[in-house]
Amino acid sequence: MPSYIALRLISAVAMALFASLVIFLISNFVPGDPVLAQLGDILASDPVVVAQWRAKWGLDLPLWERYGIFLRGLLHGDLGQSIATRRPVLEDIVQFAPATVELATISFVMALALGIPLGISAAIWRDSWIDAVARVLSLVGVSAPTFWLAFIMLAIFYGWLGWAPGPGRLDPIAFPPEGPSGFFLFDTAWAGDWEGFADTLAHLILPAIVLAAATLGLITRTTRAAMLDCLQQDYVRVARAKGLRERVVVLRHALRNALVPVVTLGGLAYANLLTGAVMTETIFAWPGLGRYTFRSAAALDFPAIMGITLVVSATYLLVNLLVDLSYAVLDPRVRR
Amino acid sequence: MALPASRMRRRMRRYGLAWAGAAIVLAWLLVALLAPWIAPYPPNAVDVTQRLLLPSAAHWLGTDILGRDVLSRLLHGARISLLAGFSVVLLGAGFGTAIGILAAWLRGWGEEALMRLTDLVLCFPPIILALALAAALGIGTTNTIIAMLVVWWPKYARLARSLALVQRSQEYVEAATVLGLPQKRILFRHILPNVFGPIAVLCTLDLGIAILTFAGLSFLGLGVVPPAAEWGSMVSEGRELVEQWWVATFPGLAILTVVIGFNFLGDGLRDWLDPKAQR
Repeated sequence: MPSYIALRLISAVAMALFASLVIFLISNFVPGDPVLAQLGDILASDPVVVAQWRAKWGLDLPLWERYGIFLRGLLHGDLGQSIATRRPVLEDIVQFAPATVELATISFVMALALGIPLGISAAIWRDSWIDAVARVLSLVGVSAPTFWLAFIMLAIFYGWLGWAPGPGRLDPIAFPPEGPSGFFLFDTAWAGDWEGFADTLAHLILPAIVLAAATLGLITRTTRAAMLDCLQQDYVRVARAKGLRERVVVLRHALRNALVPVVTLGGLAYANLLTGAVMTETIFAWPGLGRYTFRSAAALDFPAIMGITLVVSATYLLVNLLVDLSYAVLDPRVRR
Repeated sequence: MALPASRMRRRMRRYGLAWAGAAIVLAWLLVALLAPWIAPYPPNAVDVTQRLLLPSAAHWLGTDILGRDVLSRLLHGARISLLAGFSVVLLGAGFGTAIGILAAWLRGWGEEALMRLTDLVLCFPPIILALALAAALGIGTTNTIIAMLVVWWPKYARLARSLALVQRSQEYVEAATVLGLPQKRILFRHILPNVFGPIAVLCTLDLGIAILTFAGLSFLGLGVVPPAAEWGSMVSEGRELVEQWWVATFPGLAILTVVIGFNFLGDGLRDWLDPKAQR
């Protein structure tokens, strides 16, 4: 088992590096020019300024040399400097990541807490009203455009009813907590600032619901299908024939087996939440990685895009590894 | 052929949603086709004296910030969205399937190389790659479609390869080989038709996702060039207008219904092709 994990980790690192190489190559062969995106029309028409700017960012060096510089920096924990924010990319990522992780985690917990029970109930009481509710909810969840859902939620709960606060992580006049982690829920609680905690939570609810919608749909669907499948298996019939209580049959015998595909999907869904937050964060003015990604892409800030790609694909691969390892917990047959 | 009533009912329950999905999709296809004739106004006709009007008899879905008729823009928007969705899915599926079947057919290092390439693209966070590509290629429908195609084909390559590998080991392929049929004929006439079903199901479900993704990129300002009537950018134009809710709400509903249509249809197709999956 340890050698298997080591192998997977090495291949994950190799894949992430390869991904950064691809982004690097793309950055050199696409027509878009960061010079124009950064300097604007007037400055970009002056060849002296352009040459200076290119030299400053190393854009005049040959391709392989630039990738070499990137790799050398990487070994020292340096992802290079963002062209747009003029700060080290790693610093940017470290600053923006907690907001995204906090949002994605809350959404994920919401999607699981609602989706799994809903999927189970829909499978047990198949073709009942609860099944219909589950189907409609999951269908709308996966079919609704995130950006539109965000607009509707903001229009109703912020603009019209005034129940929820507007975009952002905190009230505009509030100071961000000076806590250790960057997770505002944790930091405010750490400082005993319960007013700040409530403010943070209130600001989290709408974006978390919007971000959770698609995941909720997928999880409900998968749980329902897996439960239906498991409830028809022979071991469930045996368990019932043994006279076990229905609750035990469903929760201990069927559910545990049905969870395997749900865990696979859940792991991927969590990784997707981390990357898929681009829309949600852009609309809710959420200062996280998603908005940073969008801004970097729009500005053709390739050092930043390469850094994000590296970090995100590494996370992706790590989550996949954790998912595979969790099979061992759920399914004893895999343990050997 | 008359069916017993009970069987008929079961059939309806099983395929009713699929027919509903087909009807929705067909309706939108007709709208896209006929948009210039059924739209009450030209989609880009600006009239600032008529800006932000409530839905009324003259403007069924109201007007936007430049006084353009929301309904007319919405009907025309069906053209771009469906065109983008179909282009991405059909081209992506075509290319991916070709790669997958080729890999299954080549075996050895050729297969290895093709599948590692597929894995490489798959391990990318798709939205980041599409964003970077769309930004780098420049704004425009064609460029956005190209950016999406780059991240779209790998899942088809994987599916097609695994399906083709299964077919390859079937007896009828062995029989055809023994009969001395040319390899090309076996590939195109025997294997390809048999992998078609699952790929068609994936395509149908994928159309909804492609339309969503395209609208999303347009919403972010990377999809279409501004005056174009496109659903994602229409929502974007109306996103600040909470009081004038109709500007953003209706284009979003259009996206929602199209995607639901393709999802219903895809689910139905899957059940139909896989009778074991009784849902």
